[in-house]
Amino acid sequence: MNRSDDIVRLVRPSRRIGKNLLIIFVFLWFFCLILLPVFGIVREAFKEGWQVFWNKLLSPEAIHSFYLTFLITLAAVLLNTFFGIVLAVTLVKQKFRGKLFFEGLVDLPFAVSPVVAGFMFILLFGPNGWIGNWFESGGIKIVYAFPGMLIATLFVTLPFVAREIIPVLREFGLQQEEAAYVLGASRWQAFWRVTIPSIKWGLAYGVTLTIARSIGEFGAVLVVSGSIINKTQTATLHIHQQFTDFNYVGAFSAAIFLAAASFLILTVMQRVYRRKEVS
Amino acid sequence: MGILVKNISKKFGSFSAVDDVTFQVHEGELVALLGPSGSGKSTILRIIAGLETPDRGEIYLTGKDVTGLSTQKRKVGFVFQHYALFKHMTVEKNISFGMEIQKKSKECIQEKVSELIHLVKLNGYEKHYPDQLSGGQRQRVALARALATEPRVLLLDEPFGSLDAKVRSNLAQWLRDFHDTCNITSVFVTHDQSEAIEIADKIVLINRGKVEQYGNAREVYEHPESKFVASFIGQVNVLDAVIENKQIRINGTNAVIDYPGKNTSTNEAVLLVRPEDIELVEAAVKQSLIAKIKTIHYRGSFYEIDCDIGASMVTMIVGKTDFNRSPQEEGAQVFLNLKSFRLFSAEEGHAKLREKLRDLGYIE
Repeated sequence: MNRSDDIVRLVRPSRRIGKNLLIIFVFLWFFCLILLPVFGIVREAFKEGWQVFWNKLLSPEAIHSFYLTFLITLAAVLLNTFFGIVLAVTLVKQKFRGKLFFEGLVDLPFAVSPVVAGFMFILLFGPNGWIGNWFESGGIKIVYAFPGMLIATLFVTLPFVAREIIPVLREFGLQQEEAAYVLGASRWQAFWRVTIPSIKWGLAYGVTLTIARSIGEFGAVLVVSGSIINKTQTATLHIHQQFTDFNYVGAFSAAIFLAAASFLILTVMQRVYRRKEVS
Repeated sequence: MGILVKNISKKFGSFSAVDDVTFQVHEGELVALLGPSGSGKSTILRIIAGLETPDRGEIYLTGKDVTGLSTQKRKVGFVFQHYALFKHMTVEKNISFGMEIQKKSKECIQEKVSELIHLVKLNGYEKHYPDQLSGGQRQRVALARALATEPRVLLLDEPFGSLDAKVRSNLAQWLRDFHDTCNITSVFVTHDQSEAIEIADKIVLINRGKVEQYGNAREVYEHPESKFVASFIGQVNVLDAVIENKQIRINGTNAVIDYPGKNTSTNEAVLLVRPEDIELVEAAVKQSLIAKIKTIHYRGSFYEIDCDIGASMVTMIVGKTDFNRSPQEEGAQVFLNLKSFRLFSAEEGHAKLREKLRDLGYIE
C-alpha cells in the first residue's frame, strides 16, 4: 500500500459526511418549500376524484381564463422583447443627457409593488382618469378590459429583457460590429447577423423570465381587470376567485395546470441552454 | 496609386488626436505607422478605414477620393487589435462572412475560403470556433477574413500587440513574407520600433498626432530628423553638452570633440549616441571619454556594457568576437570613442527635450 492511499482514506470519511449533510440540507429545503406545497395542491385537487377534477378544469370560465393568460403572455413577451432590445441598444450605444436616469428607471417596476402599479393605472386610464377619459370618449375601454391588463403586465415585465441583455451588449462592445461594417455589412445586417446571435442567450433568458412573470402576475392585473368572469379573468385571478368561493377543487385543478404549463416552458428553455453549454 | 492621406485632422473634444497629417503609401508597399501609445496612429488608421470621420482633410484610395464614402463602400481590409472575430461563427464562417454579404455564389465562396485557409495555414481548423484557437491562429483568421473580400488595401491595428514575444516575431516575419507573395498595399500600426524596422518598407513616425518623419527604416534610423525620432527609434544614449569655440564639450567629462559648425556663441546641446556607435579604445585621445565599466550584460550574440562616465551612464554594445578578442572586466577603467552621433542644439529649450525623453522612458 502506498502513501497516497493512506491519505485518501484519511480524507474521505469527513468529506463524505460533509457532502451528505449538504445533500440532506438541500433536499429538506426543497421538500419544505416546494414538494410539500405541490403535494398539498395535488391532494386537494383530486380530493373529490378524477371526474370532478376534469369538470372543474374544463369548465368554460377556467378555459377562458387560460386563454386570456395565454393571450396576455404572448402579447407581453412579443412587445417587451422588441422594446427591451430597443431600450438596451439605446442605453448601451447612444450617448444622451439623462442616460443614467433612464437606466435607473428601467428597474423601477421591480421596486414598485404591482398592486400600487395597478392603482396607478386605474388613476391614469380609468373612466375618470386623466388619459382614460379621453379614450373613453372615443369608445375605447382600457381599464377593466384587455388593454389595461396588457399594460399592467407590460409594466411589471418591462425590466427583464433589457436587464438581461444590457450587460451582454456592454461586454460585446463595438468591435465585432465594426468588423462587419468593414466587410461591407450594413448596420441592419451587422445587427442581425453579428449582434443578435451574440446576445441571444441573454435574450432567451430575459424572455423566459418575462413568460414566467406574465403567467404568474396577480396583483397588478387584479386591480386593473376587475376580475370579471369570462371577460377579464386570467388564470391566476380565476384560481383566486375559486379559492375565495371555497371551491378548492376548482382552484387547485387550475393551479396544477398552470404550474405544469409553466414548468414545461421553463424546462424546455433550460434544456436549450444546456445544449448550448455543451457545444 | 496606393493610399494618400492628405491634411487629415481630428479632434476629440478639445484633444487634438490627429493634426494635419499627410503621407502617401505606394502601391504594394508595407508601411508602419509607428509611435508611442496615444500618439494618434490608430485614429489615423481608423480614418483611412472610414470608422472615424476626420474634421478636415481627404483620403484617397487607389487614386479615388473616398473621404465621403462609408466604411462599407471603401473596400478595405481591416485587422482589429483584438481581432474582433465573430465568436459565434466557425473559422470558415468568419472568413466567408464578407463574401456572403457581397452575395457571391456558394461555389465561389467555398473555393475562396479553402484557398485562404491554405494561405494562412489553418487547414483542419475550418470548423473550430475562435475560442478554440491560440492568439496566433486567431490573428491569421482575422487576416484571412479581411482578405476574403479582395480589398484594395489592408489595414492592421497593432497586429501583434496581444501576442507573446516569440509568437510575435515569428508572425511578424510571416506577415512580411505573406505581404511579398500577395503584394497588397498595407498599413500597420505599431508601438514597437523593432517590429517596424524589421518588416516595414517605410515607417511613418507619429508623435502627438503629427508626422515626425517618413522614410525607410534605414533613413529613419540613421538620419533622424528630430530628437524625438532619434530617441524613439532604437536605443540611444543622451549626453548633455555645450558647444563653445567650435568644440563640443560633454558635461562632466573632459572630452572635447571638434565641431565644424559656424556658430561660435555658447550653446547648450544634447548628443544622441547609439550604443553600437561607441567603441572601446586602448589609449586616450583628445575626444575620448574616460569611463569605468559598471556592469557587463551577456546578450547572446553581443555584450551590453554599462559605463559610468562621471556625469552620467552610457550603454554600449560590443559584438561577441570583439569582446572575446579583448575581454573586459567590471570595474575596469576604459576609454570610449564616439564613432558617430547626432547633435541637437538646445535652442528650443533644453528642459523641454529632456522632458520628452523622460516621458518616453529613455532617461530617468
